[in-house]
Amino acid sequence: MSEGLALSRAAAARPRSVTSEGRAVRWLLTGIAILFLALFLVLPLLTVFAQALSRGWAAYFEAFHEPDAQAAIRLTLTVAAISVPFNLVFGVAAAWAIAKFEFPGKSVLITLIDLPFSVSPVVSGMIYVLVFGSQGLFGAFFIEHGIQIIFAVPGIVLATIFVTFPFIARELIPLMQEQGTAEEEAALTLGASGWHAFRTVTLPNIRWGLLYSVLLCNARAMGEFGAVSVVSGHIRGLTNTLPLHVEILYNEYNFVGAFAVASLLAGLALVTLVIKSVLEWRYAGDLAAGARH
Amino acid sequence: MVATPQRRFLFRRPSVIPGFGLTFGYALTCLSLIVLLPLAALVAKASGLGLDGIWEVARDPRVASALRISFGVSLAAALTASVFGFVVAWVLTRYRFPGRKVVDAAVDLPFALPTAVAGIALASLYAPNGLIGAQLAKVGIQAAYTPLGIFIAMVFIGLPFAVRTVQPLIAEIDKEVEEASATLGATRGMTLVRVVLPPLVPAVLTGFALAFARGVGEYGSIIFIAGNLPYVSEIAPLLIVIKLSEFDYAGAAAIATIMLGISFLTLLAINLIQAWSRRRFGYV
Repeated sequence: MSEGLALSRAAAARPRSVTSEGRAVRWLLTGIAILFLALFLVLPLLTVFAQALSRGWAAYFEAFHEPDAQAAIRLTLTVAAISVPFNLVFGVAAAWAIAKFEFPGKSVLITLIDLPFSVSPVVSGMIYVLVFGSQGLFGAFFIEHGIQIIFAVPGIVLATIFVTFPFIARELIPLMQEQGTAEEEAALTLGASGWHAFRTVTLPNIRWGLLYSVLLCNARAMGEFGAVSVVSGHIRGLTNTLPLHVEILYNEYNFVGAFAVASLLAGLALVTLVIKSVLEWRYAGDLAAGARH
Repeated sequence: MVATPQRRFLFRRPSVIPGFGLTFGYALTCLSLIVLLPLAALVAKASGLGLDGIWEVARDPRVASALRISFGVSLAAALTASVFGFVVAWVLTRYRFPGRKVVDAAVDLPFALPTAVAGIALASLYAPNGLIGAQLAKVGIQAAYTPLGIFIAMVFIGLPFAVRTVQPLIAEIDKEVEEASATLGATRGMTLVRVVLPPLVPAVLTGFALAFARGVGEYGSIIFIAGNLPYVSEIAPLLIVIKLSEFDYAGAAAIATIMLGISFLTLLAINLIQAWSRRRFGYV
């Protein structure tokens, strides 16, 4: 009797799951997926580093000794240092107003905040040329007052703010909506001021979401190409950000230099991806639902 | 101290939480100055041309061919990204294999990698003397500096959209439905086609639309590999840049308006399909 039971157990031990495909199909699909990702995503990334080091380390580091490259690094850091905090303050303010209060037209407001995501990078730069360019709406006014915006740093900052505008707000809005208002209300009832409640109750609740979105915002701010390309004017040493410097070197057939500078940006992308993934694995519950998978 | 005065009309529901005026006002001001005002300038410029003026620009052979290339190639690339994106999403959510999390993280690479970096990497890979380009040249295919190169860059840039819109829905599938289907005698293939796939169609379409829209507007990752030959491999965003550098703001605004118009129509069509499928399947 016990023998019969053992037999039937052995037979039942490995039934083919009815909710999965056969082994061969699983292997085939996994193979296709990995091969496709390796070919389309990983290989280009490896190419960047391989090309950058193709003439050895000395040639690699030489690319960063150039004054133009150093100016590009400084400009990129400056632009990110202005546009990321700007979008951080905007994102927190927008999320506070939208998530903690009920008012009509909320979904329209969220759609408008998302708008820059659906505009082509080139058009994102172009709209500022139409406003501030020499033939633009307010172009004459600014020229009269000796303020240059297009083909200068302010234009680059504006275009960068535009393309990264939704990043922080769109992570914080769903996150703060999920968290509701009960904790803040409790803090206020216990006598905390609005600012105090924000700092000691809201901020700790959203800290991982904040870090997550700032990270993505920063990566895009430092890497933006199309929008910045339109407003920059490509003046070497003055209005060239890192991605634009990559373009110039590449078009001059200085491939090692171009890929060396590009490897800096690719390294930034990798670091961003790693921190992002760690945040998604460890703090999934503290991020907006869209960020979890 | 207790009574809050009744407002003339209540814009928002009353709440003890402070700071609505400050944060709402600040957010609205930023939104207006950074996003709405410049976009309005584009609309103003385009409406100054009138429909005739825009039509005139669209009929220019070089513009027409750039628009055809941008939209046509992006369509093909979004289709490809959707098919492979679905396979990737399915494998990542349904199967367990070593390194799955790393592969999953790698999907977001095109989001994180600056477009210019992706552009020069793809160009050097697919150039006739590049790693893949040389292999393709042996079988007589030239990828770089042709529409095929544009296609490759657009698949690269569109893939994460295709994967990330479908992935959460695959994870949510109720396995009991599949078990029921199998119990009732369906083969695995029948279950997939009749039970599992239909509810995923709207998500696949959304991913397709996002990849398509991104491909049409994409600039940085394409221009290096495209070669930018007028009438052959010149994309519409590049033509905007060229017009701007010639200070032809009206022409640039016209192309931008046409692009926005066609993109809007595509998204509208996708929304209609989604509305249809919501009626058909009950959810999106």
